[in-house]
Parts: sequence; C-alpha cells; structure tokens
Amino acid sequence: MKKFKVWLPFIASAAALAADILLPDGKNSAKVNYYTYFCAAIAVFTLITAVMSVFNDKIRESTSYKGLFRTGVILLIAVIDLLTAKFDVLPMIYFPSPSKVIGVLFEDYELIGKCLLYSARLLLIGFFGGALVGLAAGIAIGFNKHAAYWLNPLVRFLGPIPSTAWIPLVLVVFPDTVSASSFLIALAVWFPTTLMTSSGIQNIANSFFEVSETLGAGTFCKIFKVGVPAAMPSIFIGIFNGTCSAFITLMTAEMIGARYGIGWYVNWQKEMMCYANVYAGLIVIALTFSILITLLFRVKDKLLVWQKGVIKW
Amino acid sequence: MAERCDKMVTTEKSGGALSVKNAVKRFTQPNGEEITALNGVNLEVDSGSFVSFIGPSGCGKSTLLRLIAGLEKPTSGELSLDGVPITKAGYERGLVFQNPTLFSWLTIYDNIAFSLRARGIYKEKKELVNEYLELVGLKDFAGAYPHQLSGGMAQRASIARALVGHPKVLLLDEPLGALDAFTRMNMQDEILRIWREKHMTMIMVTHDVDEAIYLSDKIVVMSPRPAKIEKIISVDIAGKRARNNPEFLRLRSEILEILHFAGKVEEPDYII
Repeated sequence: MKKFKVWLPFIASAAALAADILLPDGKNSAKVNYYTYFCAAIAVFTLITAVMSVFNDKIRESTSYKGLFRTGVILLIAVIDLLTAKFDVLPMIYFPSPSKVIGVLFEDYELIGKCLLYSARLLLIGFFGGALVGLAAGIAIGFNKHAAYWLNPLVRFLGPIPSTAWIPLVLVVFPDTVSASSFLIALAVWFPTTLMTSSGIQNIANSFFEVSETLGAGTFCKIFKVGVPAAMPSIFIGIFNGTCSAFITLMTAEMIGARYGIGWYVNWQKEMMCYANVYAGLIVIALTFSILITLLFRVKDKLLVWQKGVIKW
Repeated sequence: MAERCDKMVTTEKSGGALSVKNAVKRFTQPNGEEITALNGVNLEVDSGSFVSFIGPSGCGKSTLLRLIAGLEKPTSGELSLDGVPITKAGYERGLVFQNPTLFSWLTIYDNIAFSLRARGIYKEKKELVNEYLELVGLKDFAGAYPHQLSGGMAQRASIARALVGHPKVLLLDEPLGALDAFTRMNMQDEILRIWREKHMTMIMVTHDVDEAIYLSDKIVVMSPRPAKIEKIISVDIAGKRARNNPEFLRLRSEILEILHFAGKVEEPDYII
C-alpha cells in the first residue's frame, strides 16, 4: 500500500498530461498551453520523488504520507482543466482555464511583483507601527493605574470599530493614500495587541512579582523581565489576531484610491474582466500571507520555546 | 548536636538576626469587616538559627512571614533585620513559596541567575550560579525549562534561586507542602545540608509537626485568630534527629497538645 501511494501522484499527473494532450481543446484555448508544461513538470517531479523513495527510507515515508493529498490536488486541477479548457462547461469569462491562470503568473509577473512590494510597504509600516504602539499601550495599561484609567475606556470604545470604518475620515485627514492606508493597518493591529498585552499582564500570578522583588528586582526588571515574558503567550495571540485583521484592512485599503498593491491588482483586473489575473492574484495573496503567518509562528516558536502550542499552525 | 553547634558559632556573620516587636496586622475585607491576622507578635530570632512557625491554618503564620519578607507592611509594630528596619522586599530576605514559582520562560540556569542579573552583578559573580546548581544537585538540568522538572527538583531550583544572592535570612513558606512523603523527607535532609553548609538564618512556615522538630532549633507555636504566639519551644536533641528518638516523640506530643488546646477554644464540650 505504501509503495502504491508513492507512485500514485505520478500516475495521476501522467494521466492528466495524457488527457490534456489527447483531448481536443474547446473554443476558448489559450495562446500558450502552460497547463501542458505544468503537468509535465509535475509528472517529472513526482517521478523523481517516487524513484528516490525506492532508495531512501526517509523520502519514502514523507512521499507516501503526502501521496494521497498530492494526487487529490492534481486530479482537482485536471478536472478544472476538463471543465474549462476542454469541454467549455463553465462560463469562460469567470472561470478561465488553468493554462490562462498559470500564464498570468509567467507573463504579468513584473506588475504582480511591483504590486507585492507596494503592499509590503503598507503592511510593514502598519504592522510594526501598530504592534509597537499596541505593546506600549498594553504594558502601560497592565502596569500603571493612571494609564489604565485613561486608556481603557478609549480601547473599549474605539477598539471594536473595524478599522475600515475609518476610511471616510482617514482619507480627509491624511495627505496621501500611503499614510492613510498604513494608519488603518496600524489601527487594526493596535487593538488586539493592546488588549491581549494588558490582559496578559493582569493575569500573571502576583507571586511571580513577589518572588522577583525578594530577588532584588526593581520596577524596570519587574516589567520587562517578568511581566512581559510572562504575558508573551497572550501578547502573541494579540499580534496574531492583529496580523489577520491587518490583511483584511490591507485588501480593503488598497481598493480605495491606491495606485499599486496586490489588493488593488485583484480589484482592477476584476473591473477589466480579466478573471485569469484575478485568480493569479488570489493565488499570490494566499501564498504570501501563508508565508508571513508561517514566519510569525517561527518567531513565536523561538520566543516561546518554554511553552507548548498556543495556536497550532 | 555537637557538629551543629560548631557550625552555628561560625555562622554569626552570614546569618541575620531578626527582631519583631509588637507586630499587628489587620486586613479589611471587601464587605468592610476587619480581620486581625496578627495580634501583637514579639519575636527575636538569633542569627544563623533555624526557626519554624507552626499552627492551624488561618493563624497568621504566613502573614508573619510576608511581613518579614517585606511584602506586606504591619498595621503597627516594628520589624528589623540586624537592627535595620524592614520597609520593603529585598534580596537579603530570600523567599521560597510552597509553589516553586519558577519563571517558566527561563531555563533553570537563568532562573538561578535572575537575582544576580536583576542586581547587575551577574558578570562578577557568574560562577555562583554553577555553584548553587551543584549545591542543589541540578547541574545536569541547567538548560532545562521548569515544566520539564519534577516537583522536588523544581523546589530545589527555587531554593537555589533564593540562595544565590546570599540572603541573610531564607524564608520558607510551606516549602515541602506540595511534595509526596518520600520526596519530602529527602528534601528535609537536603534543606538541613544546605543550611549547615551556608549557615543563613532559616524561617520556615509549616503544618507538619515532625518536619518542624526535625529541622528547627526553635519552634514557634501559634494560636488561631486573633493570632499570637502561644509558645516557643527549643529543640534540644543530641546527635542525629531520628524520628523515633524519645525526646522527638515527647516534643511532638507537647506541640500537638498545645495545638489541640488552641483549636478547642471555640468548640462546644460534649459529655457522653
């Protein structure tokens, strides 16, 4: 059974390749048949892994474990290809063939790359700005009664407003869309970070602070060597939630008056009725955000080695 | 006892002499009711001695310990260490809770180094960390995190953490209360050994009469609310303190008797 699972993806991709070559194209065929090359590349890759797993136990373990999933994905794409490129079952404007979507990635990569960079700028400024202000506010609320008195109502009143609701105001107040959008993203990150930081600090057992006092810790030490690390699991949940709402805000913010940006790209291509580009954009968004969240979890694993699994990724 | 006495003579400098004068502590409950946790406690603890507080729960022994630690301020009265008034918590009075309260985000090494780092003397005194890791037998666990340690090991780490800054007094708040019987007896020997080696003043709160007799020079028996000191008993057992030594058993029944009287005050008398 294991041996079979190792070869399954190769069999599936070979079958998909055969179907693509043998079946005649429908009315709406792509200029370059990228899907054929895609199938061929997948077939070569799955053949290599299958052959390698004959000789290497480790590779065999992982290829046979992933075998069924890979087969499923290959078959799904093959079915989409049949429904779009071959038999014209789906309306072609909204459901372009895999060839066209892959084609966009090859032909339009310059614009997509530029858009990614523009988005990255907004996201970085907004994320770090919001996280820093959020941490500072959370620490202040957690440790200082006066800060809690003044800031808590503000957090409770302004925090739950989705940051995109500020768009009308922000467009008037800020000089350009870059600063306006970064501010909105920062706002989205700020609220959960502040809330989870302050509540994380308030939930620390008092005995930690008492012990640190008897070990000669001063106020600074109690805040930054005891309070903040002890609240770190909670702070991380805040930053994680903030990151997710930052993505949402980024997409929305780019749809209003931005000149470049991956959210803008998807929206603009939709208006041009280029749905192949829309799908390509969505794939790029999915990959990028997934990588960003993975990076965030790497940082978390490093910071929280002492703790096991808060959120699994 | 001869060996113990020898050590104690040489210890005068490293331990601290503690004085509690007329300490009163009242707490106001949320409903406005006032509770007297300590009602005029007077106590002198010689430097380098081992003193236990024993008494039923709610008798204020932990409150007294917290006053000595400086974590609470007395409502009235004075506490001082070597003549210096105690106003706030400080490293010269180390504290060990029943729960080890190790900093879970730090390795055992960093936990023990915490005090040195907090006081900015880590660079000069680094080697102390290893010395104390060795003292409590946790050298091989320097890089481990607290959740990887057993209860006894965690408590030993927390004792080392409190000791590394060379406190004059080590305060132990039911340090062995959460451990199983065998670990507990091992740890009692361990505490004795550390005390003999480092000769600081030890003050321990406990519920366990045997533990108090086994470890202490003096046992402070406390009565429940309004809490005050019922009796101070000196433990004079020569040689090794076998738990079946006749003097040990006599002290045991004496303490139990006091505690029994102390607890019986509010109970109605039944005649069968």
